[in-house]
Amino acid sequence: MEPRIGLRNTKSNIFKGVIVFFAFVITLPLIIVLLYIIKQGVTQVNWHFLTHVPAPVGETGGGIANALVGSIIIIAMSSIVAIPIGMLAGIYLSENPGTKLAYYSGLCVDILQGVPSIVVGIVVYFWVVKPWVIDLGVVHIKNPFGGSFSAVSGSIALAIMMMPIVIRSTEQTLRLLPPSLKEAALSLGVPYHRVIIKVIIPCGFSGILSGIMLSIARIIGETAPLLFTAFGSPFLSYAIGKPMESLPHLIYTYATSPYDDWHNLAWGASFILLMFVLILNIVTKVITRKWKIQL
Amino acid sequence: MENTIVSASKFNAWFGDNHVVKDVSIGIEKNQVIAVMGPSGCGKTTFLRCINRMHELIPGATAKGSLKLYNDEVYTMNPIYVRYKIGMVFQRPNPFPNLSIYDNVIAGYKLNGLKVAKADQDNIVEKSLTSAALWKEVKDSLHKKGTFLSGGQQQRLCIARAIAMEPEVILFDEPTSALDPISTSSVEQLFHELKANYTLIIVTHNMQQAARVSDKTAFFYMGELVEFDDTKQMFTAPSDVRTQNYITGRFS
Repeated sequence: MEPRIGLRNTKSNIFKGVIVFFAFVITLPLIIVLLYIIKQGVTQVNWHFLTHVPAPVGETGGGIANALVGSIIIIAMSSIVAIPIGMLAGIYLSENPGTKLAYYSGLCVDILQGVPSIVVGIVVYFWVVKPWVIDLGVVHIKNPFGGSFSAVSGSIALAIMMMPIVIRSTEQTLRLLPPSLKEAALSLGVPYHRVIIKVIIPCGFSGILSGIMLSIARIIGETAPLLFTAFGSPFLSYAIGKPMESLPHLIYTYATSPYDDWHNLAWGASFILLMFVLILNIVTKVITRKWKIQL
Repeated sequence: MENTIVSASKFNAWFGDNHVVKDVSIGIEKNQVIAVMGPSGCGKTTFLRCINRMHELIPGATAKGSLKLYNDEVYTMNPIYVRYKIGMVFQRPNPFPNLSIYDNVIAGYKLNGLKVAKADQDNIVEKSLTSAALWKEVKDSLHKKGTFLSGGQQQRLCIARAIAMEPEVILFDEPTSALDPISTSSVEQLFHELKANYTLIIVTHNMQQAARVSDKTAFFYMGELVEFDDTKQMFTAPSDVRTQNYITGRFS
């Protein structure tokens, strides 16, 4: 049978055309979302917007200072918890593959990563926000943050979401380092803990750091777990035991309100949040490229 | 033997159930170059790695028997101290990619947190790089990263790093197998100069190399030390038929 070369070529070209088309199509949602938020939000943003708390209904002006400060405090507290724990666990997983503990904790990390954020929120709500007392007869252990929504509880929820990302990225970065590197250090009589601190971590630093940045970018927009934990506050607050506003929560509250002024505030906050995530992603890319150690 | 620096008697090593070094007894004298040769999987590298206790770092690896540095049992000493005294150079050059050439040489002190005055550091770096025949090539770029050097230069940098700790013995695990012929000959040249101050134990696949550089040669086969003798004697009139077969290329 004579091969119909012409038809085959046409089919190939149609197929190529289709995949090019869809490769282009998937960029559209991002472009549309970006353009829309920039159009709606960028006009709201000015110095006043960043340094003032929201104005009451009917008054003009007002800004998102409370949410900006709140988000930064909450993220900082989550990072203080999640980064060291995540890095150390990641080091264990990369150093001891094949052990039972590594298998099961790796499994837990994967499952934890898949737990819906609202579930994390509700669990933290029951642990940290609701008051409880453990009666041990002689002593009573009381929930120190019980009875009030608090920034601390929000940070705990976000830290739980952040940890699996830090663990896995640390583990994967360190696994890529050649074993000869560790041998070189050990053969000089360097004790194990110094090998990790002085050789392994510095060599994998750019990868670990980019994992941390990505985990922050991932949780900075989380709203669900904050609904029951940090909740929100119309005032600028630095008290970590009290409710605290955050960018995503402010967007949620103000976007669902019936007032146009508040909608604009939400658009402005969305724009700021988007910029945060965008900058974090770009910085991550630059770090991985610039600081990468040539092995 | 008066001059014996490393000695083993009835020394055995395992990976799990796999018995890779069997009843090895050997006495290595000071300031000599010892070549350890044998076919792949004969236990020569494992034996070498036992001498500075790098063997035990592999999960499931065990060792039994007597292995001495002078009169001290290596396996009752602190491994960190053993590795100060017995340096090692690996098959592939492995300078620390995050450190400069200078810091790579001084890495043994820096990574161990040993405080050394700046002037002494400069001295150690210059002396070690000179001994490793690398000083002239890198003296103007000491603060560049070690990984910018060529493979042969990197390997000499690794030798300088081992020398800087002033060990008694330096172990070489197929140190030239990843290098081109010119770099190989410069490293071999180095062995002759280093033996004035150190004892060198070199695992090699390459019989010509063993013949060129060593004073004595140990031949391992199937985990056993078949023969240990003066290199000349071994290559001209081996006493064991297995050695003869190996040298004449009847198996490899």
